[in-house]
Amino acid sequence: MDAFTTLTAVAVPFDFVNVDTDRIIPARFLHKPRGPEYASLLFHDVRFDEDGHERADFILNQPAFRSARILVANDNFGCGSSREHAVWSLAAYGIRAVIAPSFGDIFFNNCFKVGVLPVVVAPETGVALRRQLHAMPGATVTVDLETQFVTAPDGTVIPFAVDPFRRRGLLRGQDEIALTLEHAPAIAAFERRRLAEEPWLTR
Amino acid sequence: MTPAPRTLFEKIWSRHVVTEGAGEVSLLYVDRLLMHDGAVHTFDRLRKAGRAIRRPGAIGATADHYVPTAGARVAIADAEVRGMVEAMGRHAAELGIPYFPPGDARQGIVHVMGPEQGFTLPGITLVCGDSHTATHGAFGCLAFGIGSSELEHVLATSCLWQQKPRAMRIHVAGAPPPGVSAKDVILAIIARISAAGGTGHVIEYAGPAIAAMSMEERMTVCNMSIEAGARAGMVAPDQRTYAFLEGRPFAPAGARWEEAVAFWQTLPTDDNAAFDAEVAFDASALAPTVTWGTSPQEALPITGRVPDPADSPDPARRAAVERMLAYMGLAANTPLTAIRIDRVFVGSCTNSRLEDLRSAAAVVRGRRVVVPAWAVPGSGLIKQAAEAEGLDRVFREAGFEWREPGCSMCIGMNGDIARPGERVASTSNRNFEGRQGKGVRTHLMSPAMAAAAAVTGRLTDVRALVREGA
Repeated sequence: MDAFTTLTAVAVPFDFVNVDTDRIIPARFLHKPRGPEYASLLFHDVRFDEDGHERADFILNQPAFRSARILVANDNFGCGSSREHAVWSLAAYGIRAVIAPSFGDIFFNNCFKVGVLPVVVAPETGVALRRQLHAMPGATVTVDLETQFVTAPDGTVIPFAVDPFRRRGLLRGQDEIALTLEHAPAIAAFERRRLAEEPWLTR
Repeated sequence: MTPAPRTLFEKIWSRHVVTEGAGEVSLLYVDRLLMHDGAVHTFDRLRKAGRAIRRPGAIGATADHYVPTAGARVAIADAEVRGMVEAMGRHAAELGIPYFPPGDARQGIVHVMGPEQGFTLPGITLVCGDSHTATHGAFGCLAFGIGSSELEHVLATSCLWQQKPRAMRIHVAGAPPPGVSAKDVILAIIARISAAGGTGHVIEYAGPAIAAMSMEERMTVCNMSIEAGARAGMVAPDQRTYAFLEGRPFAPAGARWEEAVAFWQTLPTDDNAAFDAEVAFDASALAPTVTWGTSPQEALPITGRVPDPADSPDPARRAAVERMLAYMGLAANTPLTAIRIDRVFVGSCTNSRLEDLRSAAAVVRGRRVVVPAWAVPGSGLIKQAAEAEGLDRVFREAGFEWREPGCSMCIGMNGDIARPGERVASTSNRNFEGRQGKGVRTHLMSPAMAAAAAVTGRLTDVRALVREGA
């Protein structure tokens, strides 16, 4: 997994509420193993028209936002299906941080596994950020995981919370399975006890 | 001193914590893992990383997402996709994992198969690479969907690092009136608490309406917890739970069964246990419910009208309603019963079990569909049981296609899709843009309501239809 420490980049405002993972990547593409081609699948059906041409009205297709690496989204971003492919396509496209008032739970967890930082901000902070980005297309935002601050285009500094375990994992780009396997003896002992207590679970 | 009263969720959670991580994250032990054909790349990723599967005995597998459901079990056209289903079979054989491939009567939608086989049990933690894993919580277990990295993690370690969710109780009082099903109850709940209302929570459904539900109905309710943003849904195990599970192939038997039931009886939430959030809901005032928009929260009684964006004081909400109306091709204030449909789908992990098929069949019996309509049983065993009571004949005589088990038109990745612009009356769980095919418009509803739409060609109040026909 790619580490995430700090990122200053163009941020794109995304105003829709309840953006589901089907919209982020339609189901018909999910049989592909993870790879760079996921970049072209991001938001596919709203980003491209029937003939595969970019839709001019889709915000990521507008010149000022083409190089965006931060997405500032609205409530319940990434709701719906558990498909990690949604995060793969964001990451492949180059989006490494998503800022929103709330996220779909599974999407939120998946982000940390892929090296994309989801940042939860207060609803009014989200509104203010998106307003600035609309007013100053192509403006940059800084997301600093070390200090846990977002810096808005107007210089406002916004603190954010992130679970320390997940923060450390992202900062180090940690292989989580390797970390967990360090607990192998504890897991084995736990399992023995558990199967003794609920022996009907043994198959 | 007596121990503090605890919730069903708390009892299960605390029995599965292996160790605490930094912050709020715990290492949670996973008892059982269900796999489907869509998750097969995970095996390759693990192999590439040189990692072993820690406990194959915890795994059960089937093929559902990519499996065609056309009559004679046609081969999968796309070689890449066909390869995925074949690979699932190979991996399962190598690992000694029970696997039910197409053609095996036990094959079916993974969330139908798990309970049917007794793989799903009270008190356990169960995960699957699919958000509708919440379904299994109907049995009083903690079941939730995970992404593929988490799946890889569970396969390698039997555990997951998890932030402890908060507990919400939704107390459902009253008896749903005739014509109102578990699907209507959960659609109305989501409309009330919103698509993000359960975010960060596990929902326990409780109260007389839930206690009176069959296991199949409880599964329908828990299944859609994710559509309210919740990680999982749960119902306390009771005699119905035990009666459903007893004798199932993977359920405990003999003395072990008695021992298990005795333990499971300790699981229900204690009196006076505290929840982080409580919602009170009354099922007795409900009407059959349908969605009009592109989020499951956009549900209304069938007696209602399509919302008018002008009625929303909040500009963001107004814009959202306008966008949904545009996608759905609907005009504000249209009576819901005036909406014409092009196609009907009865199936999915939400509503493909025997009771669902019975309920749809009862409506179409002696009538004719006026649009293409499919009935897709949730598993081969359900298909057999339905055929044994003649439901296949009822559906076929009414003009329905009676198909093979699978996720089918719920998910738009196996060839079962509608055409752009088509409007589908569907018993599935998601009405997202493009969910049933690019540009397809989905209205979610119960099996009886979908059946009523099939015979009239428009969204229809099944209560009126049944009265007319009587």
